[in-house]
Amino acid sequence: MPQKKSTLTRRELLLRSVAAGGAFVVGAGYVADSDAAWAMEVEHLQPKTMATLIQMARDIYPHDHLADEFYAAAVKAYDSEDAKDAIEAGIAALNAAATGKGFGSYIDTQWERDRVDILRGMENSPFFQTVRGGLVTGLYNQKAVWPLFGYEGESFSKGGYIDRGFDDINWI
Amino acid sequence: MAAPFELTDDSVVVIIGTGAGGGVLANELAQKGISVVALEAGGRYLPEDYINDEWESFGQLAWLDARSTSGDWRVADDFSGLPAWIVKAVGGTTTHWAGASLRFQDHEWKAKTNYGDVQGANLLDWPIDPREMDDYYTKAENKLGVTRTGDRTGLPGNNNFKVFEAGAKALGYSEVHTGRMAINSTENDDRMACQQTGFCFQGCKWGAKWSAAYTDIPRGEATGNLEVRDRAHVLKIEHDDSGKVTGVLYADADGNQHLQKARIICVAGNSIESPRLLLNSASSMFPDGLANSSGQVGRNYMRHMTGSVYAVFDKPVKMWRGTTMAGIIQDEARHDPSRGFVGGYELETLALGLPFMAAFLDPGGWGREFTSALDGYENMAGLWIVGEDMPQETNRITLNHDLKDQYGLPAPNVHFDDHPNDVAMRNHAYKQGMAVYEAVGATRVFPTPPYPSTHNLGTNRMSEKARDGVVNKHGQTHDIANLFISDGSQFTTGAAENPTLTIVALAIRQADHIAAQMVNGTL
Repeated sequence: MPQKKSTLTRRELLLRSVAAGGAFVVGAGYVADSDAAWAMEVEHLQPKTMATLIQMARDIYPHDHLADEFYAAAVKAYDSEDAKDAIEAGIAALNAAATGKGFGSYIDTQWERDRVDILRGMENSPFFQTVRGGLVTGLYNQKAVWPLFGYEGESFSKGGYIDRGFDDINWI
Repeated sequence: MAAPFELTDDSVVVIIGTGAGGGVLANELAQKGISVVALEAGGRYLPEDYINDEWESFGQLAWLDARSTSGDWRVADDFSGLPAWIVKAVGGTTTHWAGASLRFQDHEWKAKTNYGDVQGANLLDWPIDPREMDDYYTKAENKLGVTRTGDRTGLPGNNNFKVFEAGAKALGYSEVHTGRMAINSTENDDRMACQQTGFCFQGCKWGAKWSAAYTDIPRGEATGNLEVRDRAHVLKIEHDDSGKVTGVLYADADGNQHLQKARIICVAGNSIESPRLLLNSASSMFPDGLANSSGQVGRNYMRHMTGSVYAVFDKPVKMWRGTTMAGIIQDEARHDPSRGFVGGYELETLALGLPFMAAFLDPGGWGREFTSALDGYENMAGLWIVGEDMPQETNRITLNHDLKDQYGLPAPNVHFDDHPNDVAMRNHAYKQGMAVYEAVGATRVFPTPPYPSTHNLGTNRMSEKARDGVVNKHGQTHDIANLFISDGSQFTTGAAENPTLTIVALAIRQADHIAAQMVNGTL
């Protein structure tokens, strides 16, 4: 999970940040939400690369009721020595594709439909497929997102649903 | 007390695999006083060990050894290294199964006769009369405690069932109920009743669902005649100059290899591993693999015609609550070629948790079409389609010499192409399944592609004549008298029904046969 408000104060963050595009700000070694609601330190990737990756993750699996921090958590593992070269190269290709369509960079592409169009153009690439495949577990297997979809997870510890509404549907 | 047997003891029956076939056979033989060594590749897990978390449980129980896929089935694209979702553990896939326990319909035992010549299909009649199976089915139902059989009542219907039932009735279906399930509706056989917890696929933590892991296996061990060695992965079956099998080479948990001698060997590693083991046991005497004079070992791989339909409504369903497979529509299970295909299919409710729904709803899908579906997860209902698929010689398990398992042995490749009959049946079933939900107000429906196979059948099939298959009507290989097949790979054809009850009934029957042959000295 990203560290909420990190080791930086909210004020420090906002003072020291520059806009990365989209809803993100970046500074030396971190990415934050533009309102500094959360921040994530990055060690191996360029902060702007991580911001772009988070945006890409949201564009692949957009859920408007999920905050950015869940997408950040889903891709955080790519901030590693092993993954960084492939991710930097993949994001560079993504930005090149955006530039080719007349946008400044992927994250500066303001409409989702334009970003999705860029992604469609590279959806068979190993980079895209790695990121997409990783998100299937990285995003949806976060226990913190389950309640946001109504999913209740395990029920054994509560004795199952035998007395807790396994048949409580009232509209059928 | 589990009986320890010496590696050099050549009087024992060795059973490879401890699932619905091997686990039941082991206990049935042990109850008759026969000495059995059961070798299980997986570890031993009991209800207290099961994990009600889809991915974590998958990591604990699933068979994840190297495998490859080919063919036009979508699984080969979406899950290329995971052709099947089956279990590597004591009790095998009886840990994971949903519990649906249906008898074959009479006509399904004689598919060739009743369906006629279907181009491209390698159809054959089972060499068994359906009436021979009646008593064995009853024994199997009693062993498993199947609801709606004997004097056992049905399970109560959960939310997912209520939506399904209302839609079915609106369509005019009449054979709709909460299923014949090996899940206790009341306390039975020293196991408690279903607590409607969900997670049936992850191992029942209450023990309400029958699994060999905590019934037949410990009961067999309690006789003193059965020794189960877990984490014992069989690599090769050995034979003597006369062509009789004599023992098995296996690797223990530390990778050390041992040779267990045997009087009789029964292979029950499921329809991928069983033929693979026969093929990997090729010798100068049997260069094409053991019991393969017909060339049919590994062929006629069936996986049932499957698919799912999920539907989103404008109000909550919470389908994950309660029994995973909570009900059935049987009206389409009949053989009625006027629908454009031979054989039939069942519709059975199914629920996945959010993590698996994300993985299986539309594998590879992304963007708002995909995510808006998951946004409706709480309002979703679901069903699974299971129908008879056509055996085809070219659908088969072969050895992939370019891919090795952890022991350096060629991994299995699973090749599957849909037969046109499978496609026609699936399209019909999608249409009917979607109509069930649309009849009760679904706002969106999803014809979801097949998951990695849980019903793996047919790769060592039963045949009257030795040239048509691998085993005779008792599961005894045509070529080698003391070598048996004891799992779903015996299936001549797949029928429309979930296969476990039939695998169990055949195992009980096979135990009678083996015991009789041992007594009269034939084996």
